[in-house]
Amino acid sequence: MPETMTTQPAAAAGEQRAATTIDITDLTCTFTSKRKRTTALTDVSLSVEAGEFVSIVGPSGCGKSTLLKIVAGLVPPSSGDVRLLGNPVTGPQREIGFAFQRAALLEWRGVRANILLQAEMRNMDKRQAAARADQLIELTGLTGFESALPHELSGGMQQRVALCRALLHEPPVLLMDEPFGALDALTREHMNVELHRIWRETGTTVVLVTHSIAEAVYLGQRVVVMTPRPGRIERVYDVDLPAVRDYGATMSSSTFEELAREIRVLLGASGHHG
Amino acid sequence: MPEVISRAAPPAPETDEAPARRTAAQRVIQLLDAVWRPALLLVLLVFGWWAITAAEVFPAYLVPAPGDVANELIEEREMLARHTWVTTYETVLGFLLAAAIGMLAAVLIVYSPTLEKALYPLILFAQVIPKIAIAPILVVWFGFGPMPKVILAVLIAFFPVVVSGVAGLRSTDPELLDLSATMGASRWKTFRKIRFPNALPHLLSGLKVAVTLAVVGAVVGEFVGADEGLGYVLLLASGNLNSSLLFADLILMSALGVVLFVMVEVAEKLLIPWHASRRQGVPLTTS
Ligand SMILES: Nc1ncnc2c1ncn2[C@@H]1O[C@H](COP(=O)(O)OP(=O)(O)O)[C@@H](O)[C@H]1O
Ligand SMILES: [Mg+2]
Repeated sequence: MPETMTTQPAAAAGEQRAATTIDITDLTCTFTSKRKRTTALTDVSLSVEAGEFVSIVGPSGCGKSTLLKIVAGLVPPSSGDVRLLGNPVTGPQREIGFAFQRAALLEWRGVRANILLQAEMRNMDKRQAAARADQLIELTGLTGFESALPHELSGGMQQRVALCRALLHEPPVLLMDEPFGALDALTREHMNVELHRIWRETGTTVVLVTHSIAEAVYLGQRVVVMTPRPGRIERVYDVDLPAVRDYGATMSSSTFEELAREIRVLLGASGHHG
Repeated sequence: MPEVISRAAPPAPETDEAPARRTAAQRVIQLLDAVWRPALLLVLLVFGWWAITAAEVFPAYLVPAPGDVANELIEEREMLARHTWVTTYETVLGFLLAAAIGMLAAVLIVYSPTLEKALYPLILFAQVIPKIAIAPILVVWFGFGPMPKVILAVLIAFFPVVVSGVAGLRSTDPELLDLSATMGASRWKTFRKIRFPNALPHLLSGLKVAVTLAVVGAVVGEFVGADEGLGYVLLLASGNLNSSLLFADLILMSALGVVLFVMVEVAEKLLIPWHASRRQGVPLTTS
């Protein structure tokens, strides 16, 4: 897909932005351990445009995490071509923010210091990073907890900290691997609304892996449905919902319900046959 | 998103410094609370000891009265202080060397599979060989000075440091290491900011064991060949059937072990106040 190289017009501001595209072509990934070969991914092709929000759903073991790690350059693919921002992915990528299912915070650091780990590791300008951290703390409603340690925070707040850390360096691409999987339903809804707002405000390209069909449809402009054994992309749906989405209104809209049902049926059917 | 923010805020986040710090009075109360039980037990034990000697169950040259031992501690304080100092010096030096060598070995083992294969059998061998059996060799090689005692203390104390260090360094969340890689952090930075602090709780458990073992190492070294130190005094007292001095010496040895152990515990408290084993107080929020 050579069109990756062209720059995309920014969604909201109308200003030119560098190409923030993920481009995956004919990707295959096979793990070999002692006497076992697992094909985690086969024939995966996907491209994500600048500023786009793409959700990936699929049952456990269909290679979603592996796919994100390959994009991040943390796992080498067996074959295929992966490009991030137009450059081939050969090692760990720095142009991304990564958030995991477990918040993966440093237990000994307070909220602010955890967020600033990103700046320290990247040798970012201290004052700029501090200002940006304060901004994110406010954006995610963590004000007043700047020095609270992770064990003093609820699961939702820990995920917010992880999200701030992933956004501190204003990465053009945000990769999220079931970031809200461990949260209760209510907190999860709040986090969805927040993530939607953050995506709107920052214009970051987001790839979100999730188990929740509702989450995938509410947040995504496209929903990629994957099936296991071997992991591959079954279908890609365009989500025909407005760019700015109110949670309640979206959830009760017929477009949402139809799409969610369709995906559920697809996943259910492939679950029986594959 | 007002409802999100209100949900996030707990009843009373009064300060930036979210976890409440304890006042001095609370500290004293807590200390007393921790101390009174062992203190009471100690008093009972000494009383029992005194009762046995007062009833003259055993002859005085086998079990001296607490008063005699206390007398010995006071009258011989200069001599005992000198020998205690020698043993303390050997123990602390041995412990510090064991900590340094043990941590270095742990880092090498965790970072290099090749070195792990080379080092592990060697370390295991150094651990299983009876230290008392090599003590005479060390005395032959290094003489009566502090050197063989320090070496014995190192040999006996460094194994728990290696084991706990390796366990600690290996316990790093792999996702944190992935994250660090995407931050473009160097190995050294990842070690300094993530792996090493993460290993500290394990490491400090190992150091607590190591410091008590270091005392044993130094004393065993003194048994085999020395002209000073608490181990030497013990042999001397035993040869002279001076049971008061023998008991006084034993008390000093135990006190040395306890004091050093408490010092490592204090270091632990200062270094890892965040760790689950050191937490006081209730979490700020639930759910
Ligand atoms: N490092 C690895 N070594 C061996 N097998 C792996 C490894 N990582 C993932 N797998 C296998 O690849 C498949 C896909 O895993 P994963 O990407 O974690 O799936 P998902 O995130 O969709 O649940 C699984 O069968 C898993 O066991
Ligand atoms: Mg996964």
